[in-house]
Amino acid sequence: MTTKKEDFIIEAGNLTHYYGPQPAIEDVEFKVQRGEILGFLGPNGAGKTTTMRILTGYMPPTRGTVQIDGMDIVKDSLECRKKIGYLPETVPLHTDMTVKNYLTFMGSLRGMSRRSINEQLGNVIEICRLQDYYKTIVGKLSKGYRQRVGIAQAILHEPEILVMDEPTIGIDPIQVVETRRLIQDIGKQQTVVLSSHILPEVSMVCGRVLIINQGQIVAEDTPDNLATRLQATQQILVEISSTNKKIQPVLENIEGVTGVKRQRNTDNTTFEITVADGYDVRDAISKVIIENDCSLLSMQLNSMSLEQIFLKLTTSEGA
Amino acid sequence: MRGLRAIITKEILSFFTSPTGYIVGMIFLLGTGIFFTIDLGNPFPEASLTRFFVGLDFGQTTFGGVTLILILIAPILTMRLISEEQKLGTIELLLTSPVRDWEIIIGKFIASFIFLLFMIGLTLYYPILLFLLADPDPGPIYSGYLGLILYGALTLSIGLLASTLNSNQIVSAVVAMGILLILYFADYASTVVTGFWSTFIQEIGIKSHFDDFHKGIIDSHDVVYFISITFLFVFLSIRILESRRWR
Ligand SMILES: Nc1ncnc2c1ncn2[C@@H]1O[C@H](COP(=O)(O)OP(=O)(O)O)[C@@H](O)[C@H]1O
Ligand SMILES: [Mg+2]
Repeated sequence: MTTKKEDFIIEAGNLTHYYGPQPAIEDVEFKVQRGEILGFLGPNGAGKTTTMRILTGYMPPTRGTVQIDGMDIVKDSLECRKKIGYLPETVPLHTDMTVKNYLTFMGSLRGMSRRSINEQLGNVIEICRLQDYYKTIVGKLSKGYRQRVGIAQAILHEPEILVMDEPTIGIDPIQVVETRRLIQDIGKQQTVVLSSHILPEVSMVCGRVLIINQGQIVAEDTPDNLATRLQATQQILVEISSTNKKIQPVLENIEGVTGVKRQRNTDNTTFEITVADGYDVRDAISKVIIENDCSLLSMQLNSMSLEQIFLKLTTSEGA
Repeated sequence: MRGLRAIITKEILSFFTSPTGYIVGMIFLLGTGIFFTIDLGNPFPEASLTRFFVGLDFGQTTFGGVTLILILIAPILTMRLISEEQKLGTIELLLTSPVRDWEIIIGKFIASFIFLLFMIGLTLYYPILLFLLADPDPGPIYSGYLGLILYGALTLSIGLLASTLNSNQIVSAVVAMGILLILYFADYASTVVTGFWSTFIQEIGIKSHFDDFHKGIIDSHDVVYFISITFLFVFLSIRILESRRWR
């Protein structure tokens, strides 16, 4: 439990959803603090879209509850929906309208008055940089610009919660960078829940990550902590200017070292040293090498990248 | 109510700005115009809009006119309404907006009804011409138009239901036309059987309920028929949209 004052704007309990005989998600449970940027990370078919659709009131869960600001998403659906802006995965837009007309329509659908729509339109057009496409028919926009229109409609009514399902999927890299920056900006004022299957994206943008796999949450932490947790086993690559075998047991004796693999080259040797969580053995390694009259050619810390963690987390089956 | 208004406004706009709206309007005017021309050429002295309303005389029954044309045209007007939202996926944003499911259906129904009223309004130049050229009995024309509005609303409600049922616009249109044709031809079938079934088939058929109107009779029984069937289909559409969430 955190010691910070807790103010949960979303509380999901035991969410389970069946489309067929197999659950798409099962007992998914999480809470979102007001103002937080929470990321759902998981491979295709993990259940991200299903979770988002339940959060936004698109469909009720087979089992479980969602409370939005203390209200039930099924019983007080309308009140809950007022607080949410949603960018669905496929960015579905009415393709036959101009950007301006479309946004105006979405605003009034969300219950905004004509006046507040007009006030807000300028803002979101600027935030999403759509100035040049105000009068363009939505169907004629490129994928990246449609994405911006999708974001614009989601933030137009200044919702307390913004839900985005894979907001950077299918757009070009420059726009991906822009979109991430945009989400971070929005996240300064609003609560954001987004999903992604791209690890660096989530760790860049989100304050907290839920890793979801096969319909279940398998890990939850800050991106940094996740990285640290998975550095539990780090690897150090050491290259020395000798082919002397005796050095291997010396390395193995260093406190914290759990394994040493030796790879002999023609006139030098590379050691692959695995180290237990919480130890820094680099100093000790360089000392023993010098003490054994070898010279240290290189040393490289090989902590696992988040991508690897992700693979590790989501490919471990059964268990 | 802002949501309802937003939906009505958007749909009306798209009827008036889409090519479908214009093409449907053109076909409607062309088709009804042909029957009106036949009315004008009517050898009998009493000028009327009988051909325009119910088509040509085939002994016991009539066939054609605006009542038949609407069966072909109303489904084309309504096929887009919900099917397209399902196809584009925009239904996801509609259903997660703070609007009630009935507001979505009623809004779309009202919009298509307003466009239909507009199309029917365009045909008003037929009676105007008739009054200028001849001396028609106004009663059947007024009641005929009232009947036409009620009849049109019913055709739209069936089209809307078909559009709610699936995401393919063509399928929606065909299903609606099928249902409407069955209801239209029910009268002919009623002559094949006798007794209870004959009455029953005639009761559910749309044409027998329209016939009184163009003869100048406003029977509350017919009015109730059109309004309740329209309500029934609009209600079913709402329920089907609601049930989408549980699938
Ligand atoms: N409409 C649907 N009907 C049937 N199965 C579905 C439907 N949507 C998703 N699923 C299944 O549910 C599981 C989770 O899907 P989804 O929530 O879309 O995952 P993600 O968004 O993480 O890719 C998958 O196995 C998928 O095949
Ligand atoms: Mg998905």
